[in-house]
Amino acid sequence: MSMRNSWFGCVIGVCLFSGSAGAQSMVGHFGVGQTATADEAAKYFSIPPSGDGLPAGSGTAKAGVEVFASTCAACHSDKLQGNPAAGIGGDRLLGGRGSLAGKTPVKTVESYWPYATTLFDYIKRTMPFSAPGSLKDDEVYSLVAYILSEARIIKPSETIDAKSLPKVQMPNKDGFIPDARPELELYR
Amino acid sequence: MFPRRTTSSRRGFLFAAGSLVGAAGAATIAHAEVLKAPTGAVLYDVPDDPTKVQGRPVVDGSYGTRSQFETEARMRYPTPNENTSWSLTPLGRGVGNITPSGLHFERHHGGIPTIDPAKHNLLIHGMVERSMTFSMADIKRLPSVTRKHFIECSGNGLTEWNKPTMKTVQGTHGLLSTSEWTGVQFATFARETGLKEGAAWVLAEGADAAVMTRSIPLEKMLKDALIVYGQNGEAIRPEQGYPLRLLLPGYEGNTHIKWLRRLQVSDKPFMTREETAKYTDLLGSGKARIFSLDMEAKSVITFPSGEMKLPGPGFYNITGLAWTGRGRVQSVDVSLDSGRTWYPARLESPPEPMCTVRFSFPWMWDGKGAVLQSRCIDETGYVQPTLEQLIAIRGNNGSFGSIYHLNAIQSWAVSEAGDVTNVHA
Repeated sequence: MSMRNSWFGCVIGVCLFSGSAGAQSMVGHFGVGQTATADEAAKYFSIPPSGDGLPAGSGTAKAGVEVFASTCAACHSDKLQGNPAAGIGGDRLLGGRGSLAGKTPVKTVESYWPYATTLFDYIKRTMPFSAPGSLKDDEVYSLVAYILSEARIIKPSETIDAKSLPKVQMPNKDGFIPDARPELELYR
Repeated sequence: MFPRRTTSSRRGFLFAAGSLVGAAGAATIAHAEVLKAPTGAVLYDVPDDPTKVQGRPVVDGSYGTRSQFETEARMRYPTPNENTSWSLTPLGRGVGNITPSGLHFERHHGGIPTIDPAKHNLLIHGMVERSMTFSMADIKRLPSVTRKHFIECSGNGLTEWNKPTMKTVQGTHGLLSTSEWTGVQFATFARETGLKEGAAWVLAEGADAAVMTRSIPLEKMLKDALIVYGQNGEAIRPEQGYPLRLLLPGYEGNTHIKWLRRLQVSDKPFMTREETAKYTDLLGSGKARIFSLDMEAKSVITFPSGEMKLPGPGFYNITGLAWTGRGRVQSVDVSLDSGRTWYPARLESPPEPMCTVRFSFPWMWDGKGAVLQSRCIDETGYVQPTLEQLIAIRGNNGSFGSIYHLNAIQSWAVSEAGDVTNVHA
């Protein structure tokens, strides 16, 4: 690592644009692009299972009822069972627990999603469909709390925030395995 | 080869299904009145003898259209919502290896954004020595590479697990397209920003309404990932990610983030909705494979294929496409009898890494029923499996289970009447 850094330093400080043919062939940095400020990166988010980057704020299932009714129910139905109607196609969010090994597995937040943090990330990123990214952080936390509560994953009284969300244990958290391919059976 | 028919009437027979040309009937095709220009074409009067009148003048400032006699177009899969839908490439009438940019398959989760390239930047941050932004002008100053690669949606063929469902090769295999891509290697950017010890994954993010995100292993990013702005000699089409997309040779299509605006280097994957809830492969056991990113060896006969009709016994040049996400296609076999006997096909160009190759096989059809198949063997020694082999491994919870990465051998049945249909055989 240190060797590489000092080589980079040499390239920046001495070689680049020095005009000699030898230096041209050893260009390490092109000097193209701008240094990004912390503010620029702060405009974006992506929430991993550790919860790093979760914003301040909080929400409860009770507060989520109202947000869901006004911004989500049209596509996901008031029972969170989805709406397959033409022009809509909102996903089913609840049910399907225990169905994954059967003939008609039902994949929902409740039955399939391994991390609750993903729910926050996705709702904040893309929802509601008609006005993506327009929800306030408290509204997103409330929707997450409401969906998890309706799925009986958390208690209706629990508050969801940056601290509690990463601790939520999803029913299918152990349901995922690394890709096993190449499938050795096919080489016999 | 077709003694009883002219070239134009032959085409009418072979590609009759559903097309304007077919509807007009083979006998009248040579002088068929085309009433409406097909998508991408302009309607012109057809002279009786094109050598006796001047043709169209050369026009300054034009872009160009295709012939009014060519009708193939993408076909949208009937999802309830048009903004989160996909459209399929018409492979049945394609030639060569490259998909015309206007026919490249599409998959969108939040519609096609309109982006001004002058306002579009790529931010690279996270576990890097220097967080940096690059404008489109910056990116185009960097050394570029130009490579041909296929992109295949991991859901290509997902309707076909349980029973033959789609009627044409466009329906069964149309989420596959190949372009010549031009852009900058991710490795070039990594040298500009530096990478911190422990970096292992990169989150790529798009600037569409879905703000699509996927986590990609850093090893893959450094090996051959491209940040591309060019497609088949011009700027990428808006529906393909204009002005910038991630190109991951051989990886499932969803990872090739379109409208790319951000790369965040990390030590762990982010477990986004796409890589947990959606693009994971549920097995019969109830467990699901996660990060199944490689597209494996696959092939399909595109002619003759579903809904086509062969006019009668005689010679046909069977042709199709083969590809693998794990390197080069080594060889392709063709069977005329449901896989009991295999013959080596001819590759029409030297195979390139993670690129389709067109194959062909000369067939003298005796007029009896036949089942046509092809299988791809890639340079890792992998032989394209049968559907039975895949189901034995992944289970049989079908269209709700292991819906992705269906790379089984495709079968087309040819009846004595010359009708070609999609079958499991």
